[in-house]
Amino acid sequence: MSETKRFALGALFGPGLPEMVGHVPHAQVLGIRVAETGPGYAVCVLPYREELIGDPARRVVFGGAITTLIDHASGLAVACALEQLTAIATIDLRVDYLRAAAPGVDLFTRSECYRTTRAVAFVRAVAYERTADDPFASCLGTFMLGANRSDSPFERLVPGSGEQPT
Amino acid sequence: MSRVVDAIPYARFLGVEVDRTDAGLECVLPFREAIVGNARLPAVHGGVLGAFLELTALLQLIDESGSTRVPKPITFTFDYLRSAGPATTRAQAEIFRLGRRIANVHVYAWQEDRSRPVAAGNGKFLL
Repeated sequence: MSETKRFALGALFGPGLPEMVGHVPHAQVLGIRVAETGPGYAVCVLPYREELIGDPARRVVFGGAITTLIDHASGLAVACALEQLTAIATIDLRVDYLRAAAPGVDLFTRSECYRTTRAVAFVRAVAYERTADDPFASCLGTFMLGANRSDSPFERLVPGSGEQPT
Repeated sequence: MSRVVDAIPYARFLGVEVDRTDAGLECVLPFREAIVGNARLPAVHGGVLGAFLELTALLQLIDESGSTRVPKPITFTFDYLRSAGPATTRAQAEIFRLGRRIANVHVYAWQEDRSRPVAAGNGKFLL
């Protein structure tokens, strides 16, 4: 990320705000929180809950819940990489499960948007319990920019940051 | 197969049901507010669709392999093809190869029209 970029969400970078999840009903249901945002990256947390278990014998969270965490953090990372906010949609995600996640603990994802073009944003992410150096899952994803006619949900957080309505 | 779904807490959490049709095993994800990702469209959360694809692939695998252990996902790729609106989503999986140690599963999900899928995926599982 270039130092000279003026990020649309730059004023919000730092510890995560509850409003960054408030507009996504399913993220609220899962209890996902934003831990941190910065230029082109976001860290999100999925608090451990019994309802999210996928394999009762091992008591680990179902891979799909981790997919949701990664998708959420990655969309936010894309928004944090933009100079002008626009609607974002996932094109594809590839998640590699490197090992089982530890049972009974909160799970984190750090997503980094390392490249944006006019139409596409490219993201890599890791999911971990303690540090990003020791991930249990890693992910690559692509996102479409200007994906639909809805505005960016972050616009109300930063007035005047979005595209002009057409 | 419904008993398997009942044994997976996250499947119950999403409200997934299993339907055994002439075409094979189909998973059903009823629409409700709790699974919305974009409230303005509204559209089902991409993560929920991903989880639903992964769950469908897993159930198909348990059904066909007769395994009592839950296969472990190694890698899963999700393609998002269309926005999934406020309607019931269905998914069906096909096992491309069931090896001794690895299974390769293709899966796709649709809403009203099976020929217009909203998402598709490919997963490799360790048996």
